[in-house]
Amino acid sequence: MSENAEDKEVKAAGAATLSKDAAPGETLLKVTGLQKHFPIKKGLFQRQVGAVRAVDGLDFEVRSGETLGVVGESGCGKSTMGRLITRLLEPTAGQIEFEGKDITHLGVGGMRPMRRDVQMIFQDPYSSLNPRHTIGTIVGAPFRLQGVEPEGGIKKEVQRLLSVVGLNPEHYNRYPHEFSGGQRQRIGIARALALKPKLVVADEPVSALDVSIQAQVVNLMDDLQEELGLTYVIIAHDLSVVRHVSDRIAVMYLGKIVELADRESLYKAPMHPYTKALMSAVPIPDPRRKNAKSERILLKGDVPSPISPPSGCRFHTRCWKATEICRTTEPALLELKPGQRVACHHPENFEDQAPQDTVLLTAAKEAAELVADEVLAESAETSAAVAAELAEEDTSEESTSEESTSEEATSEASTSETSAPEAAASDESTEETGSQESTDK
Amino acid sequence: MTELSKTGAAVGEPTDSSPKPSSFLEVRDLKVHFPTDDGLVKSVDGLSFQLEKGKTLGIVGESGSGKSVTSLGIMGLHTAGQYGKRKAQISGEIWLNGTELLSADPDHVRKLRGRDMAMIFQDPLSALHPYYTIGAQIVEAYRIHHDVDKKTARKRAVEMLDRVGIPQPDKRVDSYPHEFSGGMRQRAMIAMSLVNNPELLIADEPTTALDVTVQAQILDLIRDLQKEFGSAVIIITHDLGVVAELADDILVMYGGRCVERGPAEKVFYEPRHPYTWGLLGSMPRLDRDQQERLIPVKGSPPSLINVPSGCAFNPRCPYADVPKDNLTRTVRPELTEVGTKHWAACHMSQEQRERIWTEEIAPKL
Amino acid sequence: MLAYLIRRLFAAIVMLVVIILVVFSIFFLVPKWAGVDIATSFVGKQADPHAVEAVREKLGLSDPIYSQVWHFFKGIFVGRTYAAGGDVTHCAAPCFGYSFRSEQAVWPVLTDRFPVTLGLALGAAVLWLVLGVAAGVLSALKRGSLWDRGAMVVALSGVSLPIYFTGLLSLAIFSYGLNWINGQYVSISDSFSGWLGGMILPWITLAFLYAAMYARITRATMLEILGEDYIRTARAKGLTEPVVIGKHAMRSTMTPILTMLGMDLGALIGGAILTETTFSIPGLGQAVLTAIKNQDLPIILGVTLITSLAVLIANLAVDVLYAVIDPRVRLA
Repeated sequence: MSENAEDKEVKAAGAATLSKDAAPGETLLKVTGLQKHFPIKKGLFQRQVGAVRAVDGLDFEVRSGETLGVVGESGCGKSTMGRLITRLLEPTAGQIEFEGKDITHLGVGGMRPMRRDVQMIFQDPYSSLNPRHTIGTIVGAPFRLQGVEPEGGIKKEVQRLLSVVGLNPEHYNRYPHEFSGGQRQRIGIARALALKPKLVVADEPVSALDVSIQAQVVNLMDDLQEELGLTYVIIAHDLSVVRHVSDRIAVMYLGKIVELADRESLYKAPMHPYTKALMSAVPIPDPRRKNAKSERILLKGDVPSPISPPSGCRFHTRCWKATEICRTTEPALLELKPGQRVACHHPENFEDQAPQDTVLLTAAKEAAELVADEVLAESAETSAAVAAELAEEDTSEESTSEESTSEEATSEASTSETSAPEAAASDESTEETGSQESTDK
Repeated sequence: MTELSKTGAAVGEPTDSSPKPSSFLEVRDLKVHFPTDDGLVKSVDGLSFQLEKGKTLGIVGESGSGKSVTSLGIMGLHTAGQYGKRKAQISGEIWLNGTELLSADPDHVRKLRGRDMAMIFQDPLSALHPYYTIGAQIVEAYRIHHDVDKKTARKRAVEMLDRVGIPQPDKRVDSYPHEFSGGMRQRAMIAMSLVNNPELLIADEPTTALDVTVQAQILDLIRDLQKEFGSAVIIITHDLGVVAELADDILVMYGGRCVERGPAEKVFYEPRHPYTWGLLGSMPRLDRDQQERLIPVKGSPPSLINVPSGCAFNPRCPYADVPKDNLTRTVRPELTEVGTKHWAACHMSQEQRERIWTEEIAPKL
Repeated sequence: MLAYLIRRLFAAIVMLVVIILVVFSIFFLVPKWAGVDIATSFVGKQADPHAVEAVREKLGLSDPIYSQVWHFFKGIFVGRTYAAGGDVTHCAAPCFGYSFRSEQAVWPVLTDRFPVTLGLALGAAVLWLVLGVAAGVLSALKRGSLWDRGAMVVALSGVSLPIYFTGLLSLAIFSYGLNWINGQYVSISDSFSGWLGGMILPWITLAFLYAAMYARITRATMLEILGEDYIRTARAKGLTEPVVIGKHAMRSTMTPILTMLGMDLGALIGGAILTETTFSIPGLGQAVLTAIKNQDLPIILGVTLITSLAVLIANLAVDVLYAVIDPRVRLA
């Protein structure tokens, strides 16, 4: 198992340098300009007065064999996205291609063969299983629906599936209520795997489970991916879980992808301010960091309504770096570093995309008050450093990969020392060290 | 019973059962049992701890570990809503500021509720009455304990809303809960619970229903308010990150009992119970390098009707066979002191646990 | 809020028009298709053909359907004039036509009888609300107790026993047997106390049936509400139990009860047929029963419309109350 995990790390590190070619598989799912607007009706005649722009223009692709993690806060449209790519919802606009075939507007009949290849795992293991059916019937349902007769009969295959997901095959005739939450989620996984799908879309697969059970299910999904060569799209709000399971991660905010990058790049050097804020908000299970407010970026207020999203960059109302251009011009999702796409005018850890625009918006000044000076200074420093780097070297690829490896080295060293106080201390300093090193170059 | 009362003694602090403890809040051998058709559900089964003013205790555990029932028991709300059902049985002692709550007159305890001890609940949408304005609900909470007119109470409500960071509090005071966002609702809930300056604040999963950026705001707010009001805080959560942020002391619950208790640093860096190890290993961490693999706890949480004999954790414990004579399956381990103010309930010897932690567990985290 | 009300009102008017159309087609078109001649039934079975023809012309029964509908509508709002040769009858608005039997105008019949039924329905409603809700709340609070079981058995019998049974039984006991109460209906304009005395048994009989249903609904709703988080919050604030139940839980419990009340009251105002017949109360219900026996279509038509209107108004009132009780509805 550890071998596989190492493989993955190598893969991820490789992806940072080689960008797209590094992916083991070809593009399995390609999404362009995907939109879903839910109409709002109001007034005497129930006229449409607006729309909830749940998903408002997504471009990404899922490569065969990888895990794409999708994170965002509630209302960012991540679940809608999941339902769109599995075609449980009809897109308002855009295109979805699966294995090169346009499935955007396929009807129920047209989707039927597709349903074998694309499966979904749902959040709530309590409500997604029909309480009146035995788990044999539930897991075997895909065969009956698709008219597939597996080798050795449905029952035998279902029992095999149950043992694959770690359940007792003899429990074939039991009902869902006889199982615990974690076991029910395993049943859901067994059902999703029945037809040997190519793509599994999991919407918050572990968020309803207890911590210890969560880890069991995460490991199970990991193992199944290795064994069956599955491709996952995992939608979750928990950044730690997403980092653990994903090869690449898309961060969504108000119906848009703001950053899409390899796991390592995203977590080590996030470029979108929102990504940075999101990650800094995660409570760290380390009491020695208590009150370490300096590292935390508190965002002001709540996510704006997706009915009338802010103009320009949607994050500008809460961003501490927002300038006039952020209010007027929507930043495109550009590949600024290989394998790291960002939609931002003033990215972190990178050269400013709109350096001429320096006057902060009033809202940004207020927002900046919540951001510790250290963070601001550090981000300025890193941006400057990267800019200097780019000026010196033509190929930014090398320098960034070096940077990330050197960071890895320092943090690895710190964890191997383990005896906790040093670990924490060096952990804290990791980012700084990393940026200093890059300045030294 | 005798065995259990010994537990209280084994916990160490006030060994003589002196009637008035020195601590601000002291819980001794608390048991909350619910009779059901299937048997007696022992939600909390012999829990003891104490808490000083200005300090924060984090109670960690999975669903069904008894952490929420503990808080309801302290508030005297464990039987609330149990109309006609067989009543919950509660025993033990709960001392709040020198008053024993379980033997006190129920109406006296009611007067303490909301004034001396207040509670924040997990889901602010369902915990606020949908038909009354935020202001009306805060005013009600204030006026039940203070003999003031509506105008004064309303002023106080606006002041509290302002304090918890609700913009335009004089306007928002007349809004209904459904007109607030999730984070704002939780702020309003906090404003309501703090309106009477309670000395004890119990927050039951206060951020579980919230987004991570909002969670950060709320945790920050709770921390600031605690500093300002100097109250004692009990924070109940399943999220080790949240307790690490707030708690001075941590109490880990499993199957209705405390399996480990101690200062936050001890519990995180020198945990001495296999279940605590399991919790730490199950959790993907953002502050560390990518773990190769999570180390989950096998199996599922125990049924509270048929708690496994011996150590409740034994069916899931990878080290259940380390102690001799099948001890883990026959004798219930008592909390023993494993360090300064640090207790754990495990049959393995101190040395065995120290070795397993430093050699087998810690390197993998 | 205003838009919400206007929309509800608009919907109610549309609904009323649809009801009129349906009722009209049932009473005027169906007999035609079935080969029954309305004119003949108006005049009488052994009428001479000329008289029948005259009636047909006067009532406009040979006109095309749309014009019949139009005249009917017009009659309700501006009145209409029936004319056949020299025989001219003017029927002032609101004109619901003439009874086939008594040749009386329908509208005065309705206005005479409507207050009687209204008195019966409202009086009973007050009784059943108080009794039903109180019994339901008590049952919920003492779930599983002897009181709860007893009350629910009584409620079940209340729901299942027909009014002509309970009504006659109460008459037999209290009026004829014990002679406590006068079982006769007395008009309120003749004697208020007489009216009150005459109405007591009908009220109780009718309320018994409904109180039983309301007790069951109240109990179920109350139990559900008591499990809500905000009730726990109310207790956590230190509120006393009467306030928790009476204020916080009651307000939420009232929502489904109001819905039911709107429906029931509306339907009852259209005539409590069984109660009125059992106690010989000259209300709409009795009128419609006689009309059905006599195949007196215009009366039936008039009462049906009144009933529909009452149901609609009651529902509208409930919608408004809803918005008052539940602020979330105001957004819709």
